[in-house]
Amino acid sequence: MKQLARILNQEDAFSEIMMGNSAIVRAMIEANTKVVTSYPGSPTPEIASTIAGIKPEDRPFYFEFSTNEKVATEVAAGASVNGHLSTVFFKSVGLNVAADSFVQLGLFNLQGGMVIVLGDDPGANSSQNEQDNRHICRMSYIPILEPSNPQEVYEMYLAAAKLSQKLMMPVVLRLSTHVCHAKEKVNFSSWKKESYDWKPKFDPKTFGPYIPITSIALQLKERALKRFEEAQAILEESPFHKVLDNKNLERGIITMGLPFYSLMDALQESQAHPDILSLATPYPLPRKKIIEFLKKHKEVKVFEELDPIVEQEIKVIAFEEGIQVKIIGKTDLTDWTGEYTADKIQQVLHKTWPDLLPLLEKQERPIAVANRPAQMCPGCGHRSAFHAIKNALTDEDITVADIGCHTLGFMEPYNMGQILMSMGASPAIASGLALGNKSRRVVAFIGDSTFFHAGIPSTTNALFNKHNITLILMENGTTAMTGHQDHPGVGKNFNEETAAISPKDVLRGLGVEPIVIDAYQQAKITQAILDGKDKEGLQVIIATHPCMLKFTREAKKKDNYTLRQVSTNPEKCQGKTESFEKFACPAFHFNSQGHFSINTDLCIGDGSCIQTAPKGAINPPKAVTKN
Amino acid sequence: MNQIFDIYLSGVGGQGIGLLSEVILRAADHAGLPARGVDTHGLAQRGGTVESHVRLGPNTYSPLIRKNTAQLAISLELHEGLRAMNEYLKDGGTLVYYNTNWQPLPVRLRKAQSPSNGEIENEGNRRGIKVFSVFEDKIPDTRMQNIALLAQIAKEKLIPQIEKEHYLMAMKDLMPESMFNKNKELFEHLV
Repeated sequence: MKQLARILNQEDAFSEIMMGNSAIVRAMIEANTKVVTSYPGSPTPEIASTIAGIKPEDRPFYFEFSTNEKVATEVAAGASVNGHLSTVFFKSVGLNVAADSFVQLGLFNLQGGMVIVLGDDPGANSSQNEQDNRHICRMSYIPILEPSNPQEVYEMYLAAAKLSQKLMMPVVLRLSTHVCHAKEKVNFSSWKKESYDWKPKFDPKTFGPYIPITSIALQLKERALKRFEEAQAILEESPFHKVLDNKNLERGIITMGLPFYSLMDALQESQAHPDILSLATPYPLPRKKIIEFLKKHKEVKVFEELDPIVEQEIKVIAFEEGIQVKIIGKTDLTDWTGEYTADKIQQVLHKTWPDLLPLLEKQERPIAVANRPAQMCPGCGHRSAFHAIKNALTDEDITVADIGCHTLGFMEPYNMGQILMSMGASPAIASGLALGNKSRRVVAFIGDSTFFHAGIPSTTNALFNKHNITLILMENGTTAMTGHQDHPGVGKNFNEETAAISPKDVLRGLGVEPIVIDAYQQAKITQAILDGKDKEGLQVIIATHPCMLKFTREAKKKDNYTLRQVSTNPEKCQGKTESFEKFACPAFHFNSQGHFSINTDLCIGDGSCIQTAPKGAINPPKAVTKN
Repeated sequence: MNQIFDIYLSGVGGQGIGLLSEVILRAADHAGLPARGVDTHGLAQRGGTVESHVRLGPNTYSPLIRKNTAQLAISLELHEGLRAMNEYLKDGGTLVYYNTNWQPLPVRLRKAQSPSNGEIENEGNRRGIKVFSVFEDKIPDTRMQNIALLAQIAKEKLIPQIEKEHYLMAMKDLMPESMFNKNKELFEHLV
């Protein structure tokens, strides 16, 4: 087996098939990055899985999962002002959490250099929105480099690190989902392992001021703007801007990032070939290159995923320079949404130049297939808890969701969670819903990792201001949805064992005594919720059960593992489908005899379903041998 | 290979689609073909539809395949096989699916029905698509169903220029020794 870790750490130059999220780790090594931090979130967690493959003693830099994106940003910034090249990475909406500190970064001399890696998510593949983070970079005067494939992820990280160190300013490397996860052969340079001096170099006299208050804040802003201009001059000459000169004097296209490649795919079907300028830096723009390109064409179409940020700036440039060119940007609201795949680009392109490519027609597909949304796994404690909670609530009661695997409880048949905003928001949204509300009970859900991420302030507020809510902490002992990263409650961090900080103890410290019940004990959960119906203030129930996906995966690796599975009793099941539809474990299978049986590919033998079915309908788990 | 050969892979989160696509990607590389691809990660892996795109040959740019253009669709499950055919496969292409039924939520809630093998076959015939349904009841581990599909692909030479030894080289790159030996045994038995 090829060991990715060994490959990434080798000193010789090499080529290897790798995804963007792995290629960037080699770039961190080559750039001599010393501190890397993160909070897990798609599409970036595989950067950490790649780092995890390298044993701590062989790892040329320090890495941690911090408690949230803001903390991660601050840790990386602290390392940078101490002279170490640092990097923080997180998902799109993670920047909202980090923003309070992120917007300050440009004001400082980051003497070690700092690269912020953003995993944006056009198309909202695994996020609650598809926000365009270029807006936040612009308000912070932080340059953005935007790669379009894994090779560029590697090369542009190196360029970003160099620029950041040279100007002592933060630089953003903006990835998108299918750049993070794209796989191709990447060519890597050689690297020489050298000893590193960790001597702290923090020196406010030379590199400060670092206290941006009163008039100093304005001085620092001016310095940030001046430094941004210097970055602009350097990036204007970046080798990563691409020009495809097809000698077309009529039509040109300006695009960037992965949409450039989607455009290239779409144009393969076309007879005509517009010139193309693909920008490596959406902010700052390579002004001279754009002026030259605009002047050459009669019409220029701007292909820009998400918001028309570059489009508007290009229009300003044309106006300022008095260039006679028709610039065509977004034409209707559908141009603002979704990922710019080749199919999407063809539709958008057709609206501008109908002769270039035909409209894609809908194909006839007579047999429809049922959707398969993501769902809680077989044996998931959240399913068991939701089933029990639902039994204690009325249709009028209000349930508030939070981010995590338990968000999936909003779907049928549970319908647990009617509003979702952001990490850690559920206790506070619930508090607002409870104000002046005497008739409808308000119940909020939150996961354990999210509790530490942003749930403690909102929970504290509920206590502080005496809000009447029930908070159910859905504890599974891991950060499950993003791939089972450890969190402060686990007892180990990314690098070593550490004292577990239990959510229960944190809550007790705040002055609330949580009721802790195993999530499989449905009757107890139902009763606890019913008991709390008329109580005042914050009530917390911890519905705890280990993540069964993680548990089963680990168990299967052990030699003494025996697969156990439940089975159904056809006589007791006949005509009684309701309870199976209500619990809806993925291992349930509606068979041709008209009742439910068990999918033996999926059942893990947890038995949490037995209590939900008519007596005797589901037999207790028994050892099975497959072979 | 002078032309693009696009392969769309799909399955249900947890079935091992990522490994299968990585084997094909690396086998193509061992066979000297330019290759790129992309997988689904994140939320959808929790029991939802997961997909991988593999693009072989010159002049591919984005790692994503366009709808209705794939020459080959490989699915680890019945519903996903039909979905792959409906959404990504071109008329005249080839579908290989593992004939196991993991009912999606609407089917378990009895709001939708599963397709039959015959329906998939007929739809294939209508569109000139060659359909292979694969099932091996002697597979020791559910997670090895992907290798049964790979064996069928190798046996029928469904991907031009990739030979049996290329698949084995790729499997060896990606699997620890004991896992490789088990999978190799199954693969060679079925090819």
